[in-house]
Order: sequence, then C-alpha cells, then structure tokens
Amino acid sequence: MTLQIILNILIAGLWMFLNESYNFLTFFTGYLIGMALLFFLRRFVPDAYYLERAWKILSLIILFIKELILSTWNIVKLAYQPKLDVQPGIFALPTELKSNWEITLLANLISLTPGTLSVSVSEDYTTIYIHAMDMPDVEEEINEIKNSFERAIMEVTR
Amino acid sequence: MNKIIISLLLLCGTFFVISGSIGILRFPDIYTRLHAATKAATLGVAGVLLGAFLFLYFENGIISGKLILGIIFILITAPVSAHMISRAAHQTGVKLWEHSVRDELARDQEEHKAKI
Repeated sequence: MTLQIILNILIAGLWMFLNESYNFLTFFTGYLIGMALLFFLRRFVPDAYYLERAWKILSLIILFIKELILSTWNIVKLAYQPKLDVQPGIFALPTELKSNWEITLLANLISLTPGTLSVSVSEDYTTIYIHAMDMPDVEEEINEIKNSFERAIMEVTR
Repeated sequence: MNKIIISLLLLCGTFFVISGSIGILRFPDIYTRLHAATKAATLGVAGVLLGAFLFLYFENGIISGKLILGIIFILITAPVSAHMISRAAHQTGVKLWEHSVRDELARDQEEHKAKI
C-alpha cells in the first residue's frame, strides 16, 4: 500500500516536471492520472489496489456519522419524555478484534452509537463491557455491533 | 440559500446541545447522564462549528481549517473521556440506577477476585 502511494506521488511529480508548471493544480492532475495508471496496471503492482482500502475507510466514516445522528435523535427523544421508562444495565460483548488500535476504534464507535456506552475493557482484551440505555433488545444490539462495526473495522485493518 | 443552510445548522446544533443539557439534568445516574453528555453534545458542537465554517467561507471566502480540526478533535476525545469517566465511576463503586436490570461487569470482576 505504501509502495503504491509513493508511486502515485512520483507520477504526480513527473507530470509536474513534464508540464513545467509547479503549482498545486498540476500536482493534483498528475495525482489523478497516477491513480488511473495504477488502476490499469494493478495486475503488475504488488498488493491490492490501494483506493479500494481508502473507499472502505470512507464507508466506515459514513457509517459512523449515520449512527451518530441516529443516537443523538434517540437521546433527544428520551430527554423530553415525561417519564423515563427504560431498563439500563451493563452487558458483556465478546470481541474477535486483537490489536490495541482495533479495540480502541471499536470502543469509541460503540460510545457514539445509539443507546450504548463502553465502560471497560477486560484485561485479556477479549470482552468489552457496555452500558446500554435499554436492556431488553440486547441480543439484537450485540448482533448489530458484530455485523456492522466489527466487520467494517476488520475490512479496514486486515 | 446559503444563509438558510447556515442558520439551520446553527439552530440544530444549539437544539442538540440544549437537549443534551436537559438530558444531563433529568437522567437518574451517572452512566445514563454520560449517554446524553457524549452523543447529543458532540453532534451539537459539531453542527455549530460546521455552521461557523460555512459562514466564514461564504461571507469572507476564508477556509478555516481550525474549525474542521475542532470537529475532528471533539469526535475523537468525547468517547474517550466518557469511557474514562464511566470506568472510574464503576471502579470506585458508584451504584447504577435502581431500575437497572443487569451488571455483568461487577459479576465478572467478582468472579475474577474469587479466582485469585
């Protein structure tokens, strides 16, 4: 991936020298051309095409913003309810993610999604303890976190 | 048109911040209060900053990178601080709300202690 980015920047620099105009706009055009070249020559460069991964990171960010807006809406609804009829509690979420970086990302994402707040991580990094605003739909919640966030993070990091 | 978008962003932002504050006042225990403090306030402040960014861009033609950085830093720091506060609260033994149904963290910690 780093090799491809370096190649892309080199192509952009080359384009700048060919045009003999050294400003940001030519560099940007060169970068776009480099992207296209790398796309067509992707069979001969090692690793997968790096923009695929960039696209996955982007879709993770979009997912995150969507969940943030939904969760804020839920909290606003609860804040104006005359009587609070929820059953909060702390539940354990077993996770398959390994490295520190991935677990930090998952805990932060959980904190900003609807009805959940990460409280603690167990010492062997296998379980995340989550405080939920409303417990009855916990099974569904666990499945949703497993299917959407964990998979999205795995696609980015592996 | 620009002004409508900017004022909509500012209004939504302030509304979310106010709702978050009302939530902090009304919710029963520290964990539920943190829910209100992290989510609503984060989106509210992000909305206000984005409104200010668009205003500076449309009115003065300034692209203010500081405001965008502010949004990113708030998105990074809010969940971390909420995690630390709730963890510290749980470890020093702050009770959950009386209507809470389960506390698997306390259960697991006691099992851990019993093993040692």
